[in-house]
Amino acid sequence: MFSRDRWEEILEALNANKFRTFLTAFGVFWGITILVLLLAMTNGLKNGVMSDFGDFATNSMFMWTQSTSKPYKGLPKGRSFSYKIDDVAAIKAQIPNLKYVSPRNQLGGFNGANNVTRGTKTGAFEIYGDYPEYINQQPLDILQGRFISYSDINAKRKICVIGTGVVNGLYDKGEEILGTYVKVNGVNFLVVGTFKMSNSQGDEEQDASTIYIPFTTFGQAFNRGENVGWMAVTAVDGVTITSLKQQVFNLMKSRHKVDPTDDRAIGHFDLSEQFERVSGLFSILSFVGYFVGALVLMSGIIGISNIMLIVVKERTKEIGVRRALGASPWAIKSQILQESLILTILSGMVGISFAAFVIWVMNTILDNVGPVDNFANPSVSMQVIFTALIILIVSGVLAGLIPANSATKMKPVDALRID
Amino acid sequence: MIQIKDLHKSYHMGSNSLHVLKGINFDVKEGELVSIMGSSGSGKSTLLNILGMLDEADEGQYILDNVPIKNLNEKIAAKYRNEFLGFIFQSFNLINYKSALDNVSMPLYYKGVKRKERTERAMHYLEKVGLAQWSHHLPSELSGGQKQRVAIARALASDPKVLLADEPTGALDTKTSYEVMELIQGINDEGKTILIVTHEDDIAHMTKRIVNLKDGLIIDDSPVEQIRASAHV
Repeated sequence: MFSRDRWEEILEALNANKFRTFLTAFGVFWGITILVLLLAMTNGLKNGVMSDFGDFATNSMFMWTQSTSKPYKGLPKGRSFSYKIDDVAAIKAQIPNLKYVSPRNQLGGFNGANNVTRGTKTGAFEIYGDYPEYINQQPLDILQGRFISYSDINAKRKICVIGTGVVNGLYDKGEEILGTYVKVNGVNFLVVGTFKMSNSQGDEEQDASTIYIPFTTFGQAFNRGENVGWMAVTAVDGVTITSLKQQVFNLMKSRHKVDPTDDRAIGHFDLSEQFERVSGLFSILSFVGYFVGALVLMSGIIGISNIMLIVVKERTKEIGVRRALGASPWAIKSQILQESLILTILSGMVGISFAAFVIWVMNTILDNVGPVDNFANPSVSMQVIFTALIILIVSGVLAGLIPANSATKMKPVDALRID
Repeated sequence: MIQIKDLHKSYHMGSNSLHVLKGINFDVKEGELVSIMGSSGSGKSTLLNILGMLDEADEGQYILDNVPIKNLNEKIAAKYRNEFLGFIFQSFNLINYKSALDNVSMPLYYKGVKRKERTERAMHYLEKVGLAQWSHHLPSELSGGQKQRVAIARALASDPKVLLADEPTGALDTKTSYEVMELIQGINDEGKTILIVTHEDDIAHMTKRIVNLKDGLIIDDSPVEQIRASAHV
């Protein structure tokens, strides 16, 4: 269909009136640019907002204990209780479809007092007692050494993995880190690894000012015994944690003699639910982007259709001559169709390229001025580009259809008579 | 080559109907050079359009090279036009954004001839009309006589059975007209059947036979002593 001759015919025809071709193409160019930019902006907004969720496995919830609000089995209301380490094993054993159950304990925190020292340097850092699985829930980039292992847990080794923020606070530049000791609340810990947050956005400084130590060591060194501060629970892929969490709560309530109807006793934060809500919002935003972009594109396409109609009108005589020379109606139709298709696709490609350039400029500016709230890395996927191309091709054909039909509607003898 | 029997054609405009051809009977043999004359409104252009399959008769028989021409759909008509007929128009009707060579090769393009052969053949016919060195010029860079010669080359390009010329000299001055007629005579000498619609007596007398139309009927059809155009140039 697209032989070299066809190309020549089409390019000649488009070249015959360059300015008009340009103006026509501009409509589609602009439409596709808007479409791609809208989607990229939506994506940027999404990336910005989603980064607040960090990298934490999204199908997760955190649960902690609060005081009871109902008396139960002879126990008064207002009673405080704490999860124990064997609750973890019980949850893993009795509730299916859970991927990770990580008990956690914490020392220090935001604006806390200086709790870590090394030689003459001191700093206030967050200290977490964790199990090795935790790195699967909260991805970390291990820069040197390793993360906590099960032999650390079993032997209750006093080792720690420290973030880049800790390194900056306690070490001089270029100093050897692994194998040194830091003192946490008066207890010495051997540094076995350093990390930074993967793909962190925003609170990077705070995230990396963190020290991980084995959960069992934490209990012994800081006098928590078997107590668990809170748990991070992740469900397997394909099952939402939202659908499982009630089972977990019920199990905890029965193990700690809490009234099954007492909803205040267990506090939780369902990351999955929040995540779903926000991603739902963004799928609507993407849809709006497609919708508005497609409408803008459509006006460009109507422009092409319009101009092609005028072109056909202007070339009525030429078409008559061509038919007298033996052009079949289909030959004429397909030429008009292809002209509109080529025009649409070419201007669409230029539009996509231009939009890509604008996105690149935006990203460069963002990189230079640093993170902006709720907006990061505007981008479009290849899939979007592909969709846009398909829209272009379909609309190019649609734009040419009416003009192509009108081109062959007139009898050749009448077409030849027109001056 | 051409056989026409009892051809009728009317045009309908609203409630009025205009009977343009009222039963034309007329044969053309191979190698003839025929001029069709008549005042405006006599039906000569309509006759030529029907012969050219650009228009269809209401009644009657039309046989071209033993092929009956009737009930044509546009696709077949286009094919027949391409194979059997070459058109020469009063206003040349060259495509203004194409070079002379590309204009000439267009019928071959629609015939499906490969590019290389097409260019060769088009070049051959351009040489024949004496415009080889103008092959890459646009029509706007050519004089009227040159344009008509390009158009003649185009009409010849697909090697049709019959050439149909509608007032081929109507837009040219006398000298150029005679040059064009000389070319047409030369082509006829090689055996091509040619029909020319004209209202100029001197042009008509350069053909071999004059058919006179009046009010949709042939009133006179007689061979004439051909005047060679070269005698006037």
